[in-house]
Amino acid sequence: MTQQQTAGPPSAGHADLAEEFLDRQTPLSRIRNILHRYPAVSPALVLLIAVVVFGLLNDRFLRVENLSLITQQVSVVGTLAIAQTLIILTAGIDLSVGAVMILSSMVVAQLAVNNGLPAPVALLAGLVIGLAAGALNGFLVTRFRLPPFIVTLGTLNIFIALTLLYSNGATVRGSAMPDLLTWTGTTFPVGPVRISTGVVVMLLLYIAIAFILGKTAWGRHVYAVGDDKEAARLAGIAVNKVLMSVYLAAGAVLAIGAWIQIGRTNAASPNAGVDLNLDSITAVVIGGTSLFGGRGSVWGTLLGALIVGVFRNGLSLAGLDVLYQTLAVGVLIILAVSIDQWIRKVKS
Amino acid sequence: MTATQFQPAGTGLRQPILQARNLVKTFGRVVGLDGVSLDLYPGEVLAIIGDNGAGKSTLIKCLTGAEIPDSGELMVSGKQVHFKRPQDARIHGIETVYQNLAVSPALDVASNLFLGREERLPGPLGKIFRVLDTKGMRRKAKEELTRLGISTLQDVTVPVENLSGGQRQAVAVARAAAFGSKVVVLDEPTAALGVRESNQVLQLVRDLRDRGLPVILISHNMPHVFDVADRIHIQRLGKCAATITPQSHSMTDAVAIMTGAATA
Repeated sequence: MTQQQTAGPPSAGHADLAEEFLDRQTPLSRIRNILHRYPAVSPALVLLIAVVVFGLLNDRFLRVENLSLITQQVSVVGTLAIAQTLIILTAGIDLSVGAVMILSSMVVAQLAVNNGLPAPVALLAGLVIGLAAGALNGFLVTRFRLPPFIVTLGTLNIFIALTLLYSNGATVRGSAMPDLLTWTGTTFPVGPVRISTGVVVMLLLYIAIAFILGKTAWGRHVYAVGDDKEAARLAGIAVNKVLMSVYLAAGAVLAIGAWIQIGRTNAASPNAGVDLNLDSITAVVIGGTSLFGGRGSVWGTLLGALIVGVFRNGLSLAGLDVLYQTLAVGVLIILAVSIDQWIRKVKS
Repeated sequence: MTATQFQPAGTGLRQPILQARNLVKTFGRVVGLDGVSLDLYPGEVLAIIGDNGAGKSTLIKCLTGAEIPDSGELMVSGKQVHFKRPQDARIHGIETVYQNLAVSPALDVASNLFLGREERLPGPLGKIFRVLDTKGMRRKAKEELTRLGISTLQDVTVPVENLSGGQRQAVAVARAAAFGSKVVVLDEPTAALGVRESNQVLQLVRDLRDRGLPVILISHNMPHVFDVADRIHIQRLGKCAATITPQSHSMTDAVAIMTGAATA
């Protein structure tokens, strides 16, 4: 009867020592625990330091007009990054966000300008395009169980091609559009600053999505699915339904992003925003959302988008070549992911 | 003595809460279950033991809706049921703690307890905006943990991954106990745990039984099984080799039956 002996418990003293070892805390591990619990802390610190440093380097940086300009510059990427955050929270990734947004913006512009449809109808059509694109991605991910990376790499190319076929490569200028389409590009004064409507729309989206993720069962399920799909399924969550709804929600957000893009650039161009998919991933990653899913927040993403905007703006005000901006963003990404890996090592 | 004839003292007149009759489950040419029957009575801990490949997991999956048996009957409180999904078993009051897959690490204790059945705020906030009753769920989670005597887990806002293995298992067991109105099924609850943590989980199992909730316990660990089980169902080669009690047989006997060296 060897089974009984091998299964016998080791002495209790050993276990206690081991537990004590695990419980030992160093200052570093305490910092790690804080970051682990509040993942938006590190991007907030980075943003604060960056603003202070760039403010010291150049007087113009901290002027309200410049800060307002930075928010306008990040409004499109910031919106796309909301959609990207939703998908990355489910341990997926969406390479097609930029392409979907451009396709949606072209459809909106063409329908309003070339086909003479009323602006609200054109915008609604843009929303339908966003939802359809999300549905296609979600369908391929849930039904065929293809990795989101591959699915969206494929649909990225499909949507780019569709956009060029549909638009014949022609840009629609903002001056030809109804006012409602370029409304997101208008500004209104708040005290000494002029605030862009597009930025306000983006912020409202952040508030709405943060509320849904934090306060509803659906939000909780998004995190659970990204955290551990199988555990979520066994807990009674309809994993595929959650995934599908996430891709649809992302599509809707992208359609709103298309509207912001039209206002921001005062045009709808089929060649715009080729890098937007990667820029949105950058914002999400720098914002502390884990690429492995289940961890992060949209507020972190907003901070991430602002960090990229602040770096680009601050470095160009400091008179550095554009290439250094790209270099800095690259370093930031690697730093952010290293921090995420380090945080994820937190154990009991 | 065969499984179906065996009646433990004092349970003879009571109706089984969960009954399985001649369950058969095949995977292609592999026979997972070859006509297995099982009875679970109120207020007992029924352990299921067996070598690897003996059909323990398949049996449990069929009982909890994770697999659909090819043939055979399942009855809950005497009524026939057909489980197609884990949710179906859950609706009938059967809660399962799966090995290693019990909890969602990044979510906090309270969220994990209520995962998949979150409660919303009363009034328009909950009905229209579907706002979760986070405070209420945390309070209830605390109450449930206190009721189960899990004193090491007072902060229900801690992410589960910050807990020790035993505490995580306690969260999973607490979830099952909180919602399992009829049966709690535990798959290898002590497999990954240290000595003290194992004892905590075993104590939880006893507490559940003392509250009248029957428990099915799957384990490889003979001392644990003989410690808490009232009856022991021994699987061998897809069949129930015997159902014994810790009083009627020794661990050596159990292992002998498990490996086919002896019969009950």
